Amino acid sequence: MTSAQETGGDVRLTGISKTYGSFTAVHPLDLTVPQGSFFALLGASGCGKTTTLRMIAGLEEPSSGTVHLGDQDVTALPPYKRPVNTVFQSYALFPHLDIFENVAFGLRRRGIKSVKNQVGDMLDLVQLGEQARKKPHQLSGGQQQRVAVARALINHPKVLLLDEPLGALDLKLRRQMQLELKRIQTEVGITFVHVTHDQEEAMTMADTVAVMNGGRVEQLGAPADLYENPRTTFVANFLGTSNFIEAEIQAGAARSGDDLVLKAGDCKLTLPAARCGGPATTGGKVLVGVRPEKISLTHADDAGQIPEGRNRITGRIADSSFIGVSTQYVVHSPVCPSFEVYAQNVERDTRLVPGAEVVLHWNPAHTFGLDAAQSLLAGTTGSAGVEKVEEDASA
Amino acid sequence: MAAFFRWLRRNLVVIAGLFTLGYLLLPNVVVTVFSFNKPKGRFNYSWQEFSLDAWKDPCGVADMCGSLSLSLQIAAWATIGATVLGTMIAFALVRYRFRARGAINSLIFLPMAMPEVVMAASLLTLFLNMGAQLGFWTVLIAHIMFCLSFVVTAVKARVMSMDPRLEQAAQDLYAGPVQTFLRVTLPIAAPGIAAGALLAFALSFDDFIITNFNAGSTVTFPMFVWGSAQRGTPVQINVIGTAMFLVAVLLVLAGMLVGRRRNKQAK
Repeated sequence: MTSAQETGGDVRLTGISKTYGSFTAVHPLDLTVPQGSFFALLGASGCGKTTTLRMIAGLEEPSSGTVHLGDQDVTALPPYKRPVNTVFQSYALFPHLDIFENVAFGLRRRGIKSVKNQVGDMLDLVQLGEQARKKPHQLSGGQQQRVAVARALINHPKVLLLDEPLGALDLKLRRQMQLELKRIQTEVGITFVHVTHDQEEAMTMADTVAVMNGGRVEQLGAPADLYENPRTTFVANFLGTSNFIEAEIQAGAARSGDDLVLKAGDCKLTLPAARCGGPATTGGKVLVGVRPEKISLTHADDAGQIPEGRNRITGRIADSSFIGVSTQYVVHSPVCPSFEVYAQNVERDTRLVPGAEVVLHWNPAHTFGLDAAQSLLAGTTGSAGVEKVEEDASA
Repeated sequence: MAAFFRWLRRNLVVIAGLFTLGYLLLPNVVVTVFSFNKPKGRFNYSWQEFSLDAWKDPCGVADMCGSLSLSLQIAAWATIGATVLGTMIAFALVRYRFRARGAINSLIFLPMAMPEVVMAASLLTLFLNMGAQLGFWTVLIAHIMFCLSFVVTAVKARVMSMDPRLEQAAQDLYAGPVQTFLRVTLPIAAPGIAAGALLAFALSFDDFIITNFNAGSTVTFPMFVWGSAQRGTPVQINVIGTAMFLVAVLLVLAGMLVGRRRNKQAK
């Protein structure tokens, strides 16, 4: 086994960018997708994720930079000479060919004569052996999607590119196809690069997620890492929900392992210095973030029972909605107008109803700190958030 | 009586359809019946007696088969010329953005909208001023010109409804530009191109006004029929008409059979 073979499926983008006239779709970008991994490009529409994918496929010419597959520089190669295949959004199956010929298309174009067994095996892999002689329009959306995957995979590409392949399916089928794609990827071991705007989809399927915003990669990492340690408000809001408190550093940390002590209104909060993305000097402003499900709610009468060493904030329940597995509370607090808290429905305290005075408390290890000089709403689905995204894109 | 009305109500659509079909086909029936006539005198307008004479000797009238073959040749070449040019124009108009694209897009419809006799006269003026000799070539050039707009319209509709991602998918699956065109673009555009070609053939074969102006001493089949109608109508004209009708019907039936077999395979 040579090292060239082991890295044959690496995708390396170096300083790649794309501009259309005065509009920059993708800012110069460096990205390495290791061989055999399931990589997701996640972002809202217009963030440059599809353009990036199309530059890997060769369907879009980069304005600058290079694309490498393994050791090969493919920047100048046309799409039909790249060992890369794409599953297109809405599939782009050839309407005049039957399923068998659709799947055999790539093999035939490369001059392979005996395609029957290979196509049969591939159709079995996606459980469509019975449908070989049907035309694409006679299949359901989920079946068409599987044909599109089979048509690309049969060529044993070094990299499979997926352009929002599940966007047209209904929710239940989408969940099923997510698991199916993950199974196929594990089975064939090919590098998958998956473009999606669905954060849940990216987190379920991918080993590594790159969150894109305004033509730039905001953050890159494993799904759990991105979720627990977002480095920008955009990532914190786009992946799940976050609560933010504006705070001032009262005491800096001597060493990186220490905690920072912060002051927000009358509250004192602790934040591990290693989890602070902003300036960690005394007097500096930071945004303190915490996920809604990390927070415990205790009625103000029982405040004495809360263990020492936890971050705590007082407030009043403004709203609560029961959604089965959990109850979602909105809490008004002097430091944050609407704090979201998700509580599992075990041993529910019947006093926790709108109007009740409560104490919110959580383990400081679940706190993250961000630079205060950014919009709180970036990455949210509200109109303010979208406006912010557009501003970023045109900046 | 009530039962009859109930039956009528239930089958009204079919009856209406049959009447319409009869209305459309009656002229063809008359042409066919009179192709078996043995007329007294020069005009084939009243039924005399049954005879197969004309069918046994379809080219028995002087110059008629010559004009028929000329019309078929002109129609074939005009179809080829207009289809090739029209398909290219249609692709250019849909796929590319260039100067004067909007102007071409609307000007291409002008030959369809303009009265034929005006176009015929202006073409004749043009040919005479250029010193061109009227005949086969001037007729062919004129036919290609007025067939073009119909081909462009038919092909353009098809190309516009085509997903550009299909061609990208073909390229992604190792098909170079030529292969992509032959294996994906052309087969998908084919129904539009075929419709345009059929229209072009029928229009060219059938054309009288423009041809009459620009043919010089050349005589096409429509010109022959019109000319002979002044002096007397040979039964052979009905024979040719009936034969063409039969060929068209057979082509349609064959097309339907092929389509049905394909659908069966798919199921």
